[in-house]
Amino acid sequence: MAITRRKFLGWVGSAAAGSAMLAGTSAHGASNREFKGYPESFGVLHDTTKCIGCRKCEQACNEVNHMPAPQETFDDLKVLEVERRTTAVTHTVVNKFGKNRGTALSHGTDALSKGLHADKENGVPVPVGLEANREIFVKKQCNHCLEPACASACFVKAFNKDKSGAVTYDASLCVGCRYCMIACPFNIPTYEYDEPLTPRVMKCTMCLPRINEGKLPGCVEICPREALLFGERDELIRQARMRIQKYPDQYVDHIYGEHEMGGTSWLYLSSVPFSEIGMREDLGTHSAPELTSGALSAVPMVVGLWPVLLTGVYAISKRKDKIAEEEKVEAVAMTKSDAEKQKSEELSKLKEKMTKEKDTAVKNAVKKALDDAAKAAEEAKKAAAEAENADEPASGEDK
Amino acid sequence: MAFRKPLVNTKIEATPVNIVTGIILVVGLILTAARFFGGLGTVTNLDNNNPWGIWIGFDLLCGVALAAGGYVTSAACYIFGLKRFHSAVRPAILTAFLGYALVVFALNYDVGRPWRLPYPIFFSPGTSSLLFEVGLCVFLYLNVLFIEFTPAALEWLGLGKIRNFVVKLTLVLTIFGVVLSTLHQSSLGALFLIAPSKLHPLWYSGYLPVYFFVSSIFAGMSMVIFEGSLAHRYLHDKMDDTHLSESDGVVIGFSKAASFVMMAYLGIKLVGLAIDNNWHYLFTGWGMWFLLELVGFVALPGFMYAVAARDKNVKLARIASVFAVLGVALNRLNISLIAFNWHLPSAQRYFPSWMEIATSIFIVTLGITVYRFITNHMPILFEYPEYKQEH
Repeated sequence: MAITRRKFLGWVGSAAAGSAMLAGTSAHGASNREFKGYPESFGVLHDTTKCIGCRKCEQACNEVNHMPAPQETFDDLKVLEVERRTTAVTHTVVNKFGKNRGTALSHGTDALSKGLHADKENGVPVPVGLEANREIFVKKQCNHCLEPACASACFVKAFNKDKSGAVTYDASLCVGCRYCMIACPFNIPTYEYDEPLTPRVMKCTMCLPRINEGKLPGCVEICPREALLFGERDELIRQARMRIQKYPDQYVDHIYGEHEMGGTSWLYLSSVPFSEIGMREDLGTHSAPELTSGALSAVPMVVGLWPVLLTGVYAISKRKDKIAEEEKVEAVAMTKSDAEKQKSEELSKLKEKMTKEKDTAVKNAVKKALDDAAKAAEEAKKAAAEAENADEPASGEDK
Repeated sequence: MAFRKPLVNTKIEATPVNIVTGIILVVGLILTAARFFGGLGTVTNLDNNNPWGIWIGFDLLCGVALAAGGYVTSAACYIFGLKRFHSAVRPAILTAFLGYALVVFALNYDVGRPWRLPYPIFFSPGTSSLLFEVGLCVFLYLNVLFIEFTPAALEWLGLGKIRNFVVKLTLVLTIFGVVLSTLHQSSLGALFLIAPSKLHPLWYSGYLPVYFFVSSIFAGMSMVIFEGSLAHRYLHDKMDDTHLSESDGVVIGFSKAASFVMMAYLGIKLVGLAIDNNWHYLFTGWGMWFLLELVGFVALPGFMYAVAARDKNVKLARIASVFAVLGVALNRLNISLIAFNWHLPSAQRYFPSWMEIATSIFIVTLGITVYRFITNHMPILFEYPEYKQEH
């Protein structure tokens, strides 16, 4: 990497740059760091007002990347009648928009975003001098985001934002899950669906191998109308601002890609609102990692807190069980002892009662016996007295 | 033609169920060959605009959500101490284990180079990706579920000593399982956070991870009830007295819990609508579809569960569980397929090919077949007497 990098800097003629650069980055998840792109990284400015739809860039791209030749030759401009997207064998396509092609403006993404963002669009003045039936051509390819959604989404780090600005893809790591294609807001990555065992994700490389050799990207080099301008991204933004300032009726006052999805290395100028040329204006300025950082940052919190919370819940339920168990044992014991106490009390009462009864019975018996005895004695006495009485007169006479 | 002796002693009877199963399995094997010799393009309707189809939307997203019964039931029994759900734990763990195993199995069809599936964990982890989190958690949780399942198999094999050791790990495994489930259930929703420009605003929300986690709770409970009613019909003879006497209590208990969770879910869905101020979308066609999902398949079964719990109406609870399971499946399909890429012209929208559907049916059938084998042989719906008085 170091050698090619040096070579490349030599070509640009700015040898001083290298020192400030950090090691190659991968998308970072949860943090507040803001990444404004590598300093002095490259990009391409696509001035759609200059594009004539000749498809030379498509041809160059096809040859540079050693793609199979398409069915229709690149001279055939009829293919422009249908809106196209990138495919596994086409890293770039040019699409035609304009009043001639009503279909392009009334269906698809632009129709939608028009509906959703009517106010935004109403605020943009339509440039003066734009003929009603003028055709507008827009080249489409990977925009090489500063913080790429594909790289952020890739679970094997197969995508990398190179210091040169190119977003690269390493097929030797790719599992083929296609989450990058879900993530890409520009619908760029494609997939070799017909490869049974070694499918790759395919997309524009910004011609990184050529850049490292000191060459321009294939499409930029061949463009006959300078609709594509290669250079340092910061410089391109200055250039684009200058054009807007110089020709305010030719451009809408917006550089597409300066802030979209956190900024892209490819930048666009247009004479009409971008939503009218198939580019979504509702993507916002948050980069892809910002969209997922919240969810990712929750992970360590769950890992850190959940086990403690759950163990706590377990401990509480366990303790409740234990207390319930103890209370049960206690209650049983208490009931038992109560019962015993009661029983013994009852027993003693009963005993007492029985003793009492016995005593009473004894007493009664004794009493009765005594009474009987007394009675008997009385009777005996009476009888004796009677007997005496009967004797007495006789004895009294005797006295 | 001479009759051959059967190679295996266990006879497979030619019942209608077995014949249909056989046909599905054969078709599945043919499609497997087509996938690995012809590529995804041969069997699927996937394209560059629609990179994920029902193998992700149904097999992965619905599969994981509906396998949530494992962590919900084991947490209820072992962490929250609701011992009366004990007999529901083993079937729930088995379903979860098979569910996750099939999710991983199905992924082998969907990803381009399945033998690289260990890459994100062992070779080149892309930690900034929500899919990495999903992959890591699903991998770990599959292991947890496997260990949680082993006591049944070890009892069946008569390996009491190892079994006793594994049983000692129950609490730790359960807590680990809940942590991992919280993470990956929510991360499956968070997968779509990165694509606000593609998912319809009614379904897109910063709360997607929370929605996925909370809905997985009642998805799991509903699945336990639903699966229980199927098991009662077809595997009644495999159930012991404990299972039979506890099962109505499980249904009513889970009904009650599910109705609470579903009402909470409705509440946070409304909060999501309010926070993004998406009310006006409710009056569009998409809004009707959204309301159908929310009212017909969340509010309605939630209410049915509540009534069922109040009246101790097991039958009503079982009907509600069907609605709730369908509702969770509908939600996952809406987010991954139906409301995803909603702005594309209809000609560019995805609809699965019959081969994709047949492959998904094949995978589900595979799961049911293994489930039948295991419940017929291992102590899932019953307990061996020697291990009975443990809990």
